[in-house]
Amino acid sequence: MKYINEYRNKDLVLQLAENIKKISKKQVSFMEVCGGHTMSIQKFGIPSLLPPTIKLLSGPGCPVCVTDKRFIDQSIAYSRLDDVIITTYGDLIRVPGSTSSLDEEKAVGADVRIVYSILDALKIAKENKDKKIIFLGIGFETTAPSSAVGVLNAEKENLDNFFLFSSHKVMPPAMVALIDEGVRIDGYIAPGHVSTITGSGIYKDVPLKYNLGVVISGFEPVDLLQSIYMLVKQIEENDTKVEIQYKRVVRPEGNITAQEIMKKVFKPKDDWWRGLGILPNSGLALNEQYSRFDAEKMIPVEVEETKEEKGCICGVILKGLKNPKDCKLFKSVCTPVNPVGACMVSNEGACNAYYRFSR
Amino acid sequence: MSKKNILLGHGSGGKLSHDLIKQLFVKHFDNPVLQQQTDAALLEVKTDSIAFTTDSFVVDPIFFPGGDIGKLAVCGTVNDIAVSGAKPLYLSSSFIIEEGFSIEELEKIVVSMANEAKKAGVIIVTGDTKVINRGKCDKVFINTSGIGALHERQKDISSGNNIQAGDKIIINGSIGDHGMAIMAEREFQNFKTDIKSDCTCLNHLVEKVIDVSSKIRFMRDATRGGISTVLNELVEDKNFGLDIDEASIPVKENVKGMCELLGFDPFYVANEGKIIFVVAAEDAEKVLEAMKQDDAGKESAIIGTITEEHPGKGWITTEIGGKRIIDMLAGEQLPRIC
Repeated sequence: MKYINEYRNKDLVLQLAENIKKISKKQVSFMEVCGGHTMSIQKFGIPSLLPPTIKLLSGPGCPVCVTDKRFIDQSIAYSRLDDVIITTYGDLIRVPGSTSSLDEEKAVGADVRIVYSILDALKIAKENKDKKIIFLGIGFETTAPSSAVGVLNAEKENLDNFFLFSSHKVMPPAMVALIDEGVRIDGYIAPGHVSTITGSGIYKDVPLKYNLGVVISGFEPVDLLQSIYMLVKQIEENDTKVEIQYKRVVRPEGNITAQEIMKKVFKPKDDWWRGLGILPNSGLALNEQYSRFDAEKMIPVEVEETKEEKGCICGVILKGLKNPKDCKLFKSVCTPVNPVGACMVSNEGACNAYYRFSR
Repeated sequence: MSKKNILLGHGSGGKLSHDLIKQLFVKHFDNPVLQQQTDAALLEVKTDSIAFTTDSFVVDPIFFPGGDIGKLAVCGTVNDIAVSGAKPLYLSSSFIIEEGFSIEELEKIVVSMANEAKKAGVIIVTGDTKVINRGKCDKVFINTSGIGALHERQKDISSGNNIQAGDKIIINGSIGDHGMAIMAEREFQNFKTDIKSDCTCLNHLVEKVIDVSSKIRFMRDATRGGISTVLNELVEDKNFGLDIDEASIPVKENVKGMCELLGFDPFYVANEGKIIFVVAAEDAEKVLEAMKQDDAGKESAIIGTITEEHPGKGWITTEIGGKRIIDMLAGEQLPRIC
């Protein structure tokens, strides 16, 4: 398959692995921020190709995993309202809230529908005028623009029964918060698709203030190994900077149109991250102008008190301080069939990927 | 039949039921056993043992590229018998139909079942029809049960008791076709693809394999959960493990493309016409050649080996040469695919 096979070329992969071995002297830890990277690294068995000097850590880049339990609890509360249809990306419905989950609510009668795009949610809104359709907006700069487009379309079509419940987040505050929390890493494998939208400028503080390497990477094995090579080179030569490996997609200035749409529809807010707590200006709330599409403002609901799971170390894993295997619940109590924490639910979650590919 | 749609009366046991059975089921499934219209089919089976299995089919949509719910209902049960090492002989078919369902579509399904049964060399000897109020079930659900004749020497195949280190693992073609065909048809109608379900009866292929080698250690059809699930079941709690070479597993370009786009792993996507065989190493090439002679085995390939190392675990050498574990599918990847 074009643009896939080239980047999974075994000879090229092995050559890159060899080159990394040759130049890697210092003991280093790199964090892949994006859940898509975590998946790819585990699925292709990339750790088995790296020298012992390099350790890879999974960061807070899986949208489902960083979504705070409060958001899940509130979504569940919405789903229990008689006149509400919840529309959501599939991963979210299995995430455990404090006492239930969306799929448990669905089983006892809540109308919860999986969609592949917010545009499907708009369609459901048009077909069900007597219901309130709430779209659960999760994800980073990659999915936020499409939610923004959804809201703009709803405005254009004058839909008065469509609402966005936004837990959209932006990536840079979390990347900085991790370093401030004392997570010891030497460089970031920065998210390819987030950067496609934002451009590379958002990471400029990371090398400047913290002397960490940053390479924006694609998702195929050749991309990832080349990015690791570039990071090792930066560290070995003591020349940390922001580099783009994923040049076939990412431009330094990013996707200006998407940025403008996001700016038009959203404003920054302080937001909860699972494991990281409240990070200033890390979330996206709807601008005043679009309040009538804001589920939180328009649909009052009573939400039960959020209870954190005992023993679950998702938060610490998201920070890269511990490995899924360090968690007492991993594989014994917490499995993909019966997930305790969000990191086990999503395909892109570190615990889920470790469970499937490297036990 | 003058009616266009199924009415509750078609399941009542009265005149409408009688006509439906006669003019649809008996007409197309036509065989001497069914003709007798006895309460139970009376069968003569001369064999060491019989293999007996049942399966229910609720696929949505009921018609999809490469098949339909009827074809699936015949193939699914025939294949479960065949991979046990038995020769499939007789099937039952039970229909649960939603009130208002089109009789024309029902006939298409019945004809499809009859064709598939004929190809597989089995006969449908008994059945039942129930009609459920509109909205209480989705169009039509089918249950088929089947029996097959099992020869003494094939008895250990389904348990895999004779698997040994060094045995080869063989598959009869590309993976993920069925799951992705259903997905495309159901969820992405504006997504242009020529992916077809691999739904087919595999008993003739199995017969060829058994004819050519007495050292078939294990067979299982890889349906829901994909080949990952079968490969895991194969080694679970056993004193051997297995090594798979990802590059040797056939995946069609269109299936691969759609999986990439939607974030699915073909290893976990359902098949309806694929079997994983474990065969003694010395017979592997011979079996492979025999498989390639069958329509359902043209793309057969040796994909791995049973090993004494890492007992209880399946390891895969990825297409780029990395190594990782193969795990079972957790939860439901796609509901109602069969």
